[in-house]
This record gives sequence, structure tokens and C-alpha cells, in this order.
Amino acid sequence: MTPAIAPVGLGPYLVVSAALLVLGVLGIFLNRKNIIIILMSMELILLAANLNFVAFSSAHADLSGQVMVLFVLTIAAAEAAIGLAIVTVYFRNRGSIQVEDVTMMKG
Amino acid sequence: MSATSVNWTLALPEIALALAGLVILVFGVLQREGKGIVSCTMLTVAAFIGCAALVVVSPDGVAYAGTFVNDGFARFMKILALLGGVVALVLTLSYRTNDRVPLPFETAVLILFSTLGALIMASSANLMTLFVGLELSSLSIYILCALERDDVTSSEAGLKYFVLGSLASGLLLYGMSLVYGYAGTMAYTGLIAAIQQAGALPSGLMVGLVFIMVGLSFKLSVVPFHMWTPDVYQGAPTPITAYMAGAPKFAAFALFLRVMSGPFGTMAPRWQILIEALSILSMVYGAFAAIPQTNIKRLMAYSSIGHMGYALMGLAAASTNGVRATLVYLAAYLVMNAGVFAVITAMRRKGREVTSLSDLAGLGRTDPGLAAALAIFMFSMVGAPPLAGFFGKLMVFAAAWQSGLYVLVVIGAVSSVVGAYYYLRVVKVMYFDAASEALDRPARSLLFVSGSMGLATVFFILALGPLMAMARQAALALGG
Repeated sequence: MTPAIAPVGLGPYLVVSAALLVLGVLGIFLNRKNIIIILMSMELILLAANLNFVAFSSAHADLSGQVMVLFVLTIAAAEAAIGLAIVTVYFRNRGSIQVEDVTMMKG
Repeated sequence: MSATSVNWTLALPEIALALAGLVILVFGVLQREGKGIVSCTMLTVAAFIGCAALVVVSPDGVAYAGTFVNDGFARFMKILALLGGVVALVLTLSYRTNDRVPLPFETAVLILFSTLGALIMASSANLMTLFVGLELSSLSIYILCALERDDVTSSEAGLKYFVLGSLASGLLLYGMSLVYGYAGTMAYTGLIAAIQQAGALPSGLMVGLVFIMVGLSFKLSVVPFHMWTPDVYQGAPTPITAYMAGAPKFAAFALFLRVMSGPFGTMAPRWQILIEALSILSMVYGAFAAIPQTNIKRLMAYSSIGHMGYALMGLAAASTNGVRATLVYLAAYLVMNAGVFAVITAMRRKGREVTSLSDLAGLGRTDPGLAAALAIFMFSMVGAPPLAGFFGKLMVFAAAWQSGLYVLVVIGAVSSVVGAYYYLRVVKVMYFDAASEALDRPARSLLFVSGSMGLATVFFILALGPLMAMARQAALALGG
């Protein structure tokens, strides 16, 4: 029995993940508003890499890519927790989480 | 010994250190509020020394189904990272924030876990191990930077490092996913085989390699991925800055050397030019951008950017001699850098930290010992013989010259002359400027670190023979 819809090849996955990566990077560099948006952009970058890992893992019929994704998901959760904690501490001291206000030190 | 065996004894130093970290964490929680830092730090120093002993006796081999490798190179980098960690821990002992409270006991535990990540990085034989070790190390440092919770510059430093560091990790991970996609494996041995089989290198692999290099360059703070360094160095508590300038740099270098000369070793002609460019940019930028600085922690940030450029020279040489030169350079950098930060931690006036260059004025008369130590470190950073920095520079220059990178050597020599200006300006301020108010008497632990590192810098030449032999063995382990 042939599937009604042709299976999706590797290409579309790579295109979507590249788009996610670009969106994430642009979100960090073009964003002039809020630090929370930067945190969200970081998650996008990590998920772009995850999508790649899963797609390649399936294409190569090799499990290590999927194992890697599990590691990355765990690390991403830890990273988000630490990021939010640092943003909270920063907000208590500065009273703002606008990107423009992160300028106590020059640079 | 098959590739799939667990062989966990090879990772005994890491396992022991991780367990020690958990025990110290529980011990610290049971102490009274704000009292645990000294005992926890002492326990952590003991754990590091025990771990270093285990590293020295640990056998060669591959463990955990080929994801973890222990060899002469891993041992060398682990010892460097542990030494850097011990020095930073001793600096935290006497450190007080501007509100005169010590750092929380978690400092010691976080330094322990960050160093554990550095050890895992040094032993990585698989991109998976690389990423997990790198993140363990980085995540701990993000918290360490923002440790002074009531200080706005500290939390800003933590925030900046977190944002740029996670971006770097993300790019590194994306690069790894591309390399995995084109090689079908994440093990270094598999990557070597896949790259040798592929006649023409697929462009996806090249793009992946460049992403990985960008990610590692961020962690090393080489130009053009250095923008976080001055702010983070300035804002973080001084002992933490001392730590960041040490162990994580060695770990990132361990990864750089291992990945570039291992899996991507056969692609050397392709990446050599990129490493050369990174090295030149870092050396030149580190030398010129430091000139207008007036804050000594910022100055040291630019100095570390420059030093990473010199150390990269050995990698650019893409030879066993080059790797050996980089290892010796890093060892020299460890002693002089730790010494400088011990002196900076000692810069206090009426209990408050002072970090301006002009605060050092007249130190030559008010505290001759401390001034002499700082002068020794500064001359060593310039590369004046017969101090530690001289031998490091000599070896990387020689290795690059042997590989025919003449332009790189000439630019390195010129930028180290330019760098001499700002290093020697510190000496001039200490000895020839009108004395300002005397600094507080430094704590004994700081005198101990600056004194011992000063002696190590002066008598580096005595240890040079054994050090070079060890570095050579390490470099051979990497090449073979």
C-alpha cells in the first residue's frame, strides 16, 4: 500500500531549521526591546539544531542524533532557568529589562 | 578493550569530583547563613588536589562507548584547569563585596562544577561529550558572574555573558548538527574516517566546521568574537574574573586543539588561514584597544584577548611543535595571569575595592612587595626574558616560523612591542607617579598567591625542561 502523501525528504527539514536559526539570530541582534525576547530567540536556535539532529538521525538511520537531542533539551531547560534567574536579579537592581538599558559599562 | 566497553575507571577523576561537589553542596547548606564559604572553599581545594592526583595516575584509553578519551593531552589540560581553579578558589577566600560580606558558599561549588565541565571537555572524544562539558562549564560561569546579587554591574556582566555565551553555544550546536549530518556520526574517530573517505569535501561540512570554530572562538574571546570580554571581566567579582581568565580558557583551547588536529586534522590547509586571521586580529586588537583603558580589570580583559591570539599562533602552525608551543604558552599564561589577579584582588582602600589604574600610583613606595610582584607579572606579560611569558612567546613564534607563517610572526612581534606600552605603563604608574593614599594591607592568602606565582614566573626556566617534555608527550598523544 503506497502512502497517499509522498514522504518528506531531508531538504524541507533543513530549510525549516535554517530558517529557525536565522530567525533566532536576527531576534537577538535586531531586537531593541526586551530581554525576554532574546531568551526566546535562543530557544529557537537550539530547536533549529535539534530539528537538524533528528532529521539527520532519521536519514542516516543512526540513533546518536536522537540521543543528542535529549541532552540538548535538558541543557536548554537548565539554560532557560539560569537565564530567567539572571534577568530577575538584573531587574531587581536596575528596575528595567529593556535592552537599551544594559549599558552600565560601556561597550 | 572494545570500543563499546564502559571502562568507567578512566573517568574516575571526574566521577570523584562530581561526587565531591554534591557532598560539599550539602555540607554548605547545613552551615549557618553566610558562614560556609571558608570551609567549603577549603574542601573544594582539597577535592581539586585529590582530583589532580587521580588525573596524574589515570591510565590511557577510551571509555563510555568511545565518547570519553584519556591521554597525555587530556591529563595536561586537566592539570592546568585544576590549577587555575585552585588559584581562583584561594582568591575567593578573603574577598569581600563592597558591603563587606563574603561571597556565598555556592561560589566554591559552582567553581567546582565549572572545572568539572572543563575536565570533561579536555577528555571529549565525541561531539556529544564536547557539548555537555562545555555547557556544564558555561552555565556555572553565567551564575558566577552574577553572584554579587545587589551589585548592578555584576548582574549586568552575568546578563551579557549569558546572552552572548548562549548564542555561541547555539551556533556551536548548529555547526555540530551539520557535521553530524554530513558524516553520519559524532565520534571523532568516525569523523576522521568520514572526512578521509569523502574525496571532495561537502560544503555542509565546511559550514559546520566554521560554525564550530565561531562557537569556540566566543568562549576563547578571540577577535571578532570578543565583545563580551571587557564588560564581563570588569563587572564580575574579581576572583571570578580570575577564574574566567584561567580554567575555561584552557578547556576551550583543549577543545580547539583536539577538534582541529583530530577530526578536522586532514582539513588543516582549509582552516589554517581562518585560525591565522583570528590570531592576527586578536593580537593587534588586544594591543591597541588596551592603550586607552584606565580600569585595570578592563585592561586585563584586552590583555587576555591578546594572549589568546598568541596562543592560537601555535594552533595556526598545525604541527606537533605548534601544539607543544601552545601548551607551554598556556602554562606560562596561567602563572602570570593568576598572579596579576591576586594583586588586583588585593587592591582595596578602606575595605572598598578600587580598580582604577591611578589607584596603583606610588605602590612602589607604599607596598614594595606587592609592587615588585605586579612589576614581575607585567614584564612577563610583555615577554621580557627570562620570565615565564618570554618562553611561551618564544616557542609559539618559533613554531609558527617553522611552519612558514612569517607574516604571522612579524605581526606578533610588532603587536607585542605595542603591548609593552600599556603593560609598562602600569609599572611606571606604580614607581614614578606621585603616591596616592596607601592600599589596605592585603590578606595573607593573596600574598601567598601573588608571592608563589611571582616565584613561579621568575623561576619558570627551571621547570621548563620537564614542562616541555610533558607538553611534547601531550602534543604527540594528540597527533598520534
